[in-house]
Amino acid sequence: MADPNAFPGFSCPMPLPSKDAVLLGHGSGGRLSNELLRSVILPAFENPVLGRLDDQAIVSVNGSRLAFTTDSFVVKPLFFPGGDIGSLAVHGTINDLAMGGAHPLFLSVAFILEEGLPMETLRLVVASLREASRRAGVDVVTGDTKVVEKGSGDGLFINTSGIGLVPEGLALSSDRARPGDRVLLSGTIGDHGITILAQREGLEFESAVESDTAPLHTLVAAMVDVTDGFRCFRDPTRGGLSSALNEIAAQSRVGIELEERAIPLHDEVRGACEMLGLDPLYVANEGKLVAVVDPKMAESVLEAMRRHPLGREARIVGTVTDTHPGLVTMRTLLGTTRIVDMLSGDQLPRIC
Amino acid sequence: MKYIDEYRDEKIARALVAEIAGKATRPWVLMEICGGQTHTLMRYGIDELLPAGIEMVHGPGCPVCVTPLETIDKAIEIASRENTTLVSYGDMLRVPGSRTDLFHVSAGGGDVRVAYSPMESVKVARENPGRQVVFFAVGFETTAPANAMAVWQAKREGLRNFSMLVSHVLVPPAIRLLLSSPHNRVQGFIAPGHVCTVVGYRDYENLAHDFHVPIVVGGFEPVDLLEAISMLVSQLEKGRAEVENQYVRSVSYEGNLPAQRLLEQVFDVCDRKWRGVGAIPRSGYRLRPEFAQFDADRIFGLEQITAEEPAECISAQVLQGLKKPVECPAFATRCTPESPLGAPMVSAEGACAAYYLYRRHAVTASEEY
Repeated sequence: MADPNAFPGFSCPMPLPSKDAVLLGHGSGGRLSNELLRSVILPAFENPVLGRLDDQAIVSVNGSRLAFTTDSFVVKPLFFPGGDIGSLAVHGTINDLAMGGAHPLFLSVAFILEEGLPMETLRLVVASLREASRRAGVDVVTGDTKVVEKGSGDGLFINTSGIGLVPEGLALSSDRARPGDRVLLSGTIGDHGITILAQREGLEFESAVESDTAPLHTLVAAMVDVTDGFRCFRDPTRGGLSSALNEIAAQSRVGIELEERAIPLHDEVRGACEMLGLDPLYVANEGKLVAVVDPKMAESVLEAMRRHPLGREARIVGTVTDTHPGLVTMRTLLGTTRIVDMLSGDQLPRIC
Repeated sequence: MKYIDEYRDEKIARALVAEIAGKATRPWVLMEICGGQTHTLMRYGIDELLPAGIEMVHGPGCPVCVTPLETIDKAIEIASRENTTLVSYGDMLRVPGSRTDLFHVSAGGGDVRVAYSPMESVKVARENPGRQVVFFAVGFETTAPANAMAVWQAKREGLRNFSMLVSHVLVPPAIRLLLSSPHNRVQGFIAPGHVCTVVGYRDYENLAHDFHVPIVVGGFEPVDLLEAISMLVSQLEKGRAEVENQYVRSVSYEGNLPAQRLLEQVFDVCDRKWRGVGAIPRSGYRLRPEFAQFDADRIFGLEQITAEEPAECISAQVLQGLKKPVECPAFATRCTPESPLGAPMVSAEGACAAYYLYRRHAVTASEEY
């Protein structure tokens, strides 16, 4: 690039550094979150396990490979069609373990409660949490409660951590995608984010939109039963499909080309996105996964996914390429190509 | 999805491209005025499809981009005050003012809320009688009726804690300015369909006549834009300069008359500064004297706040279609959506941001991003 000063008269307003205070956008899961991690968090704890920046840490203990992860839940509203903060807190952590190929074993649950929260609300959330962990077959084995003064929280926040066991032979990491690999998506995108938005903004649809919140570990197990030719799994939560794929493209130093036509979308979600000017590629999911797999195995994995209740609408949505390393592109409905950039700020805060 | 899929159909789009290529005998420079149309052009890579001789330049129709620096500063001043709530469309929060932006004001304790409709701000005022609630009313003719309705409703309810920071702009005077410029390259315009849905397209007939330039009112889907381009090329090839309507499913000649009556009741036409362009006579709306009690400028005593726009910022050239965003040396290097140097990089409808988001792989030589 030429020297900017060589351009006479160029004097746009100066950029604003986001370094002096935390902004809501820092919680978006997009580029600002990334920047926060890299500038403040990672330098403090530098080690190779953390440095992989996967959804979970995989550590070896006495010959066993353990997956370990933690996640906090601040979703607003606490209850929404298809789930609530309790089920979300179970599914979110299970999914972070599952994306490492791990079989989830144990969970911890910590509550931060705001003074004045109706006891009935807490009971409902706890009941939902218990039901979600029972269905997933993962026990809550430890926990904590804290109470903060009225005004210091927003009703109820939850943190869950989880431990799981990684089967032998599976080597997953976001830096392993290779040109030619196929990108698989387990179903429709944007359902969770649009559900939350609709609740918050009082939007109504002709037919109900529900959060897709679900535990994905049995789907992952069905997939890795077919082959160990997987490079990585990701659950496209905050920041949506776009952020998940951009992270893989960046860490593997490859390009990813999506096929717009192939990406499944509920009509209601599409309509809401059209109306609100949102791109579904950036809208959060809580029960979907993307997998990058050896092209030779893609079809048989797809069949296995479609036999699982959470993968019925699974599709091959893209291909890993050697052009434009670090960049996700998409073949549009018109057959042209455009960039699918990482979300910069937040499309909508407090989605999970 | 009905009314969308047929306007994003690859076969129809390619047929239109072939039609355009078939009738264009020489190069033409066309401008889409509205930022929403720019966004569609970039998002669907329509520049990739068009025959080489058809050049699209991107007009000033992004409300976030043209809102002057001093108006952003006024909004920041309001949001920083005690007991005051500023309600705004989300995009405005990231626009840098002289010193800070609304996101940072919010992080510093200011009460800044995002709304999809100005009526939400009336509701906030109703529910918080102890707070001053201000709606940040930016935009073109499209959003003006809803904003007018909010003020009208506040007056009817006798709300004393509601006001509006008005920075509305009008399209036809801006086109007139562009066409009057000795540097003008644009030979045909796609007029903004949403704006014309409200105000009709009578005003565009004078422009077409005075400057002998064809204008087609266009929609926002890929097929809409290609059809509008095809109609413009037909006119240009035949030497015609008329106003035609491609967006018939939404736009009528007169527009939305009840909405226009409401606008006349609430707003006056006034001179207005456009960021990156300068002051344009009779190119904006302000509240009429009967609604002066809802004028945030007056209530908060902000009339004195002024800020000088950088005199020769390249955004001026981008917004007038004289330069492409990629011709700016800071594009995608020092200027990105995370740290925008100028307003067109802020909103997804801004020309620079649209290039950055969707097209920089096609226009930059850099291998790594």
